[in-house]
Amino acid sequence: MNELFTVPVLLGILYSGVRLATPYLYAALGEMFAQRSGVVNLGVDGIMLMGAFAAFFVVSNTGNLLLGVLAAMLVGLLMGLIMSFVSVNLQAEQGISGIGLYLFGLGLSSLLFKKLSVSTRAIEGFPALPIPVLSDLPEIGDVFFKHNILVYIAFALVPVAAFVLNHTTLGLKVRAAGMKPEAADSLGVSVARVRYLCVTFGSMMAGLAGASLSIGLINLFQENMTSGLGFIAVALVYFGGWTPLGVMIGALLFSMVNALQLWVQVKAIPIPSDLAVMLPYILTIAALVLGRRARQPAALSKPFSRGEN
Amino acid sequence: MKLNRIGAGALLAVGLLLAACGTPTPAPAAPAATAKPAAKQVKVAVVMPSASNDGAFSQSMYDALKAVQASMGGEAAMKIAVSEGMVQVPNAVAAIRDYAQQGYDLVIAHGTQYGNSLTEIAKDFPNTAFAWGTATDTFAAAGVKNVFAYNPRAQEGGYVLGVLAAKMSKSGVIGVCGPVEAGDAKTYVDGFKKGVMDTKKDAKINVTYTGSFSDVSLMAAAAETHTKAGADILTGSSQSVVGAIGVAKDKKAIWFGTQANQTSLAPDTVGASQVYDWTGVIKEMLDLSAKGTKGGKAFELSLQSGGLKIVYNDKVSIPADAKAAADAAIKGIIDGTIKPLP
Repeated sequence: MNELFTVPVLLGILYSGVRLATPYLYAALGEMFAQRSGVVNLGVDGIMLMGAFAAFFVVSNTGNLLLGVLAAMLVGLLMGLIMSFVSVNLQAEQGISGIGLYLFGLGLSSLLFKKLSVSTRAIEGFPALPIPVLSDLPEIGDVFFKHNILVYIAFALVPVAAFVLNHTTLGLKVRAAGMKPEAADSLGVSVARVRYLCVTFGSMMAGLAGASLSIGLINLFQENMTSGLGFIAVALVYFGGWTPLGVMIGALLFSMVNALQLWVQVKAIPIPSDLAVMLPYILTIAALVLGRRARQPAALSKPFSRGEN
Repeated sequence: MKLNRIGAGALLAVGLLLAACGTPTPAPAAPAATAKPAAKQVKVAVVMPSASNDGAFSQSMYDALKAVQASMGGEAAMKIAVSEGMVQVPNAVAAIRDYAQQGYDLVIAHGTQYGNSLTEIAKDFPNTAFAWGTATDTFAAAGVKNVFAYNPRAQEGGYVLGVLAAKMSKSGVIGVCGPVEAGDAKTYVDGFKKGVMDTKKDAKINVTYTGSFSDVSLMAAAAETHTKAGADILTGSSQSVVGAIGVAKDKKAIWFGTQANQTSLAPDTVGASQVYDWTGVIKEMLDLSAKGTKGGKAFELSLQSGGLKIVYNDKVSIPADAKAAADAAIKGIIDGTIKPLP
């Protein structure tokens, strides 16, 4: 067991944790905005798959990584508009329609993958971008400052999201739409518009999360490659108490436990691999049970109609 | 508010419809009406857990079916229907039953997870030949007469690739990215480990299992962990290894593949692959079935039968002594002097 608590292993866990947290972070930060405005979007995983495919397809055909990112975000935007229309205009049950959207993304990305690309082939994804000076720091330079640009952007979005949410008029409107939509409405805030904006933004982030997998982390596309990652991202929003910092801590914790279980196996610590694999999920459930409920938006998953509420 | 349910229902319906499209139903049939084949067209259906272009397990079967079809004279002689991405066993079972009902001559359930249901279905369609794998049980003990089983001796190629890995590793650390500790993934990993240890006693082999055949990102993380632990050679099994191959390419490690030829995934990274070639098995099953034997035989792919092949990648240079050791291992396994499993 002592083998596990050596500096190289702990640094390895940190490094993998930071990298693995990236797709969770994009998806969960986006979903957090949707939920703060009062809409639960369970379609995140499907949007991620579509984003991952779009990015991979564009990059493998054009070689342009930026175009790949834009394609993923565009696909996210379109799917976000669908989700917004269904949840805001049609006021449909959000859980069910989100699962519909997930299945849509899962099916369509598989179908397109089969019809549009003849074979899978690794592409040249975003290269590691060492940050000058900082990346030369002993030990931690490698861990924190030698990642690809999508990793840095994901973490940089955390303070930006916190600022927008807590210190801007837009953030106030978002929170109001999720907490007391009728009060927001009476003050002239268009709840529908705010929810449209947040759900669409969240979906764009989910698309970007997919891209961070297919052209940043793995550089390949595979059918159902997220395998439920988007649902974990939704859980991380609850885990993080609907705050950007909480979401980031959750994403890091979850990823590091995942990295830890891999090191447990590499170091041949006598714990059955099945048990090690269960660790992150046990943690998720424990965190959800013990997590804070205080900040849950009061109008979460409740459709809003002017004059009816 | 009345629109609520209509909206949700509509979206769900569209979602389900498209999801169903993603796991396609039978491929378009040959233009039967116009082609008028002289002999009766043989109809083969296959149900697989992942995509036919997964670069691994499902692709190995799909490629073999296409090869048999080509050798028989194309679509007019042999019709192939494919249901892929059948992760959900109940869906797969429904598809297997549908194919039998539609009068397919051979229905292949390409996944160990589909086996249990096959006993029931096979009894309902005694004139249809069924096959499943990777498995060795034809359910003869349960009174079933129309099920074939097929199984690759994955440990054989695993051993050979282990020998190559031991010879080529400079760091002496080798990483194995396993999916689930079962089936041909486990026998492959066990054979690989033995191949390494028999060749280089002081080599260090680190083995991880992700607990999933499909979790690509966790597989990538596993590969990354191995390279951090010093591995310069990586291997692994299942369709999720595409994640690990991407990492191997990134970290300039060499990858050894199994199930299908994985060279095309990363042409500068894949040193060699153990390829499952099911063409011989499919042909024999069709022959037996045409003669009235619809099941009861268990097939094994082996280096000896030619069903297992080691395919090198010309773009990755393999030292002559490593190749010679691998050839000696193949010979030893075929003549029985080397036991690839501990």
